[in-house]
Amino acid sequence: MRAVRDHAAVLFELRDVSLTRAGRPVLDSVSAEIRTGATAIVGPSGSGKSTLLRLLNRLADPDAGTIAYRDRPLIEYDPLALRHEVSLVPQLPALLEGTVESNLLYAAGLAGKQLDAARCLGLAGLDAEFAVRDVGKLSVGEQQRAMLARALAQEPDVLLLDEPTSALDHDARDAIEGTLLRLRTELDISLIVVSHDPEQARRLADRALRLKAGRVAACGPLEEALA
Amino acid sequence: MTTSIDVSLGQVAAALALVALAAAISFWRRTDLERDIVVATVRSFVQLTAIGYAIKLIFEADTIWLVLALLSVMVFFGALTARGRAKKVPGAFWPLLIGLAIAAASTLGLVVALGIFEATPRYLVPVGGMMIGNAMTASAVALNRLGDEVSDSRARIEATLALGATAREAAAPFVRRALRSGTITLIDSTKTTGLIFFPGTMVGMLLAGAEPTDAVRLQLILLYALLGSTAIAALVATGLAYRNFFTPAQQLRELS
Repeated sequence: MRAVRDHAAVLFELRDVSLTRAGRPVLDSVSAEIRTGATAIVGPSGSGKSTLLRLLNRLADPDAGTIAYRDRPLIEYDPLALRHEVSLVPQLPALLEGTVESNLLYAAGLAGKQLDAARCLGLAGLDAEFAVRDVGKLSVGEQQRAMLARALAQEPDVLLLDEPTSALDHDARDAIEGTLLRLRTELDISLIVVSHDPEQARRLADRALRLKAGRVAACGPLEEALA
Repeated sequence: MTTSIDVSLGQVAAALALVALAAAISFWRRTDLERDIVVATVRSFVQLTAIGYAIKLIFEADTIWLVLALLSVMVFFGALTARGRAKKVPGAFWPLLIGLAIAAASTLGLVVALGIFEATPRYLVPVGGMMIGNAMTASAVALNRLGDEVSDSRARIEATLALGATAREAAAPFVRRALRSGTITLIDSTKTTGLIFFPGTMVGMLLAGAEPTDAVRLQLILLYALLGSTAIAALVATGLAYRNFFTPAQQLRELS
């Protein structure tokens, strides 16, 4: 396990963030700091983890409270530019019709980056031959890796991962986790990983934000937050 | 091209025998449509009789303002009716209203400007009614499909937005499919026209004693104009309506 980087810079700062959906409070006065490095957002089902993740690249906005990214209010960012920099990989694969490469090209084009398909695929643990594969013919695990490769094609600074292994069997889960750990050593990238599994948080992250029924139960260095 | 045909109320009443046959089939095969058949028959009688007298008045008044008023009412009720088919699309009324209005105005304007029809009530009212009616069906089908596509594909749309795509880019495949489904019915029926079915205008003109070549030419003009009006209405309605699924910050709205 890596040493906890408490000197790490603050990426996101949440202050009294609340969100209600269909009359039900999903997030309730959430205040927390998320730093550079790898942070796990943990908690039981329905505790607001995925919703919180979606707030970080403005796929949704809170009803109340503020979120700052690199010391600047999130709402001051152009949402499109923000999403190129803070990329979200959803829980279930949702690729566009076509080949893996056409998906990567689409993502790279949106972010104005030159695509190195083989490198993105390699970082996501896929062989270069996957570029020409039709996404409809991939297994769920392969699609999830293709989603990761697609996000990496945008060369983001922060990768938001929503339950990246929930749809996978043990072997595929271990492989994806290995890939994510390798990403951290090979790229200067921060990871924010939503997981319902504290053990996965221990394997992947060095800090954790623990939610319970939409409120912050703990936030800080891993063992402290998961205790 | 002017022809005349006299139809008595007795002849209309005699045609009810076929309605009775339809009701009998429904009763016999237990499709439970007898009530709908009666409602449809009564409504068609009342509505067509009323519009017949309204058109007669408008023809006699011979003023363009009454024509415009009637067409505006048709556009309004067309949008209202189509909205009922597009329940999954938030705020569907305005896109439909604008789509129908532009389709009616542009196709009628064009057929008049090209000298195909004179700008008189005798041409503008029936042709306008056809354009608006078909445009209504096409845009209702298109928005119905758009609503289904977006609600079935929320995950994919949001995943695309998460890459920093605009709402327009994220919705593009679904808007394209909706537009296609709105316009394809008329395109297909236009392909088979004369082979599998005879369109209404041509049938009416032939029954009224017109020359077949005249009937065919008028029908062709109307078919071509209908292709234009349905495409315009579906294009405008889908092009405006998809925006209602998104916030200005390029987020997919939560729908209740």
